Amino acid sequence: MGFYEKLMTMDRRVVYLAMALAVAVPLFIPFQVPIHTTPEVKSVYNFIENLKEGDRLLIAIDYDPNAMAELHPMALTICRQCFAKGIKLFFVTLSQNAPGMAEQLVSRLSKEFNKKNGVDYVYLGYKPYPGLVILSMGQNFRISFPMDYYGTPVDSMPIMQGIRNYDDMKAVIAFEAGWVADAWIQDANGRYKLPVALGLTGVMTADYYPYIQSKQIFGLMGGLKGAAEYETLAKAKDRIASRGMKVQTITHIVVILFIIVGNIGFFMSKRKQP
Amino acid sequence: MGTGEIIWNGLALFMTLCIFSILYRDNPFYRIAEHLVVGVSAGYFAIILYYTSFIPKVWVPVVHEHKFYYLVPTLLGVLMWARFSRKWSWVSRYPIAAYMGIGMGVAIPVTMQTLILVPLHATMQPMGFTSMALFNNLLVAGGVLCALVYFFFSKEHTGAFGGVAKVGIWTLMVGFGAGFGLTVMGRVSLLIERFTFIRDYLQNVLGL
Repeated sequence: MGFYEKLMTMDRRVVYLAMALAVAVPLFIPFQVPIHTTPEVKSVYNFIENLKEGDRLLIAIDYDPNAMAELHPMALTICRQCFAKGIKLFFVTLSQNAPGMAEQLVSRLSKEFNKKNGVDYVYLGYKPYPGLVILSMGQNFRISFPMDYYGTPVDSMPIMQGIRNYDDMKAVIAFEAGWVADAWIQDANGRYKLPVALGLTGVMTADYYPYIQSKQIFGLMGGLKGAAEYETLAKAKDRIASRGMKVQTITHIVVILFIIVGNIGFFMSKRKQP
Repeated sequence: MGTGEIIWNGLALFMTLCIFSILYRDNPFYRIAEHLVVGVSAGYFAIILYYTSFIPKVWVPVVHEHKFYYLVPTLLGVLMWARFSRKWSWVSRYPIAAYMGIGMGVAIPVTMQTLILVPLHATMQPMGFTSMALFNNLLVAGGVLCALVYFFFSKEHTGAFGGVAKVGIWTLMVGFGAGFGLTVMGRVSLLIERFTFIRDYLQNVLGL
């Protein structure tokens, strides 16, 4: 087997080892990479910045712990921005493994900003069948959520007084790791005209750009880069995503190098063939 | 970091390493961790479903509020379990039929509107070369048309038609490339989070 053939049949464990080193080494070396903001992330930031104290925003935490790395940083930054501005937040989760994790996020932020459940925010919890739940909230939040996550009847909460459906919300910011994003676009925006912005995992992001063109969503934050952009705009102190971007840069260089090496092997071994 | 946190995070660290071990080769540690994830997820979901659906949507309305019409969807739900019996599995078709009927009735008009008509309208925008926005609209519409031509197989892809189809392939390739790049970013993000967790644990517990 010649050199170029060897390049083509490289042991995959070499690639894994290279990737592990590309992730581990930069974690211990202090350096930064510039983060440029994009219009689709800026529009979410500007939308929240233009909200007034007491305005209401629906926050959907629709991701499992396996997508936490990408979506948690942006959820944290946006909720911090909202709480700092005195915006009232209505949390829901439509992903089955998310309720406990969402509760952790909500209680952490409420302690940080000294906000009270039922007064400054409400965590409505989880209900299965996302499409039907989203449609039912368009009629009345109480259909799917007669009680909040902790079992308190929502009608007994000051924050729920006078709140009926999406007409009482400024928008929904949905953090998504699956097809529930489609349900928000189709049912909340398509049927009830609720403005929707999405925070998505990197894998999903490319598929949802057309919805910006069609104005079915007003903003999109894609993966760790989207989170890092938002941290930059919000001047966040706890810059988890921004710290991750330096590692992303190195790993992407490694991936590109492997693609180049693989292609050199492919074309050169093809050329050698009679 | 308290003792409890050290133990639980230590277990999480061990499980993380068990999962990573598949990268070398299949082994019993990976299998244990894999089965544990599936088991814990299923158990967690069952409990969540009980407290967030059965209690507020069945138990409270029927037992406490005496709204007995809630028993109709409950009965349909129970009939789903008939699938486990060979003799009575046909009964489960009734709830499935009801669920599909409702689902399709709700989804079809909305899907037509949001996934076909609105995006179609977004492709039909003013186009031109006088501004970036107009040129962008031209690129989008041109790309969509070329990609559609590529999937038109009733005419041979030769000559001008073949050229347009080739532009369609390139348009699709650009889309796939963007998707691949973002997928790499997504997967690397998960790796970064796990490595950061390992680093923080080692720094906090062992002082490394």
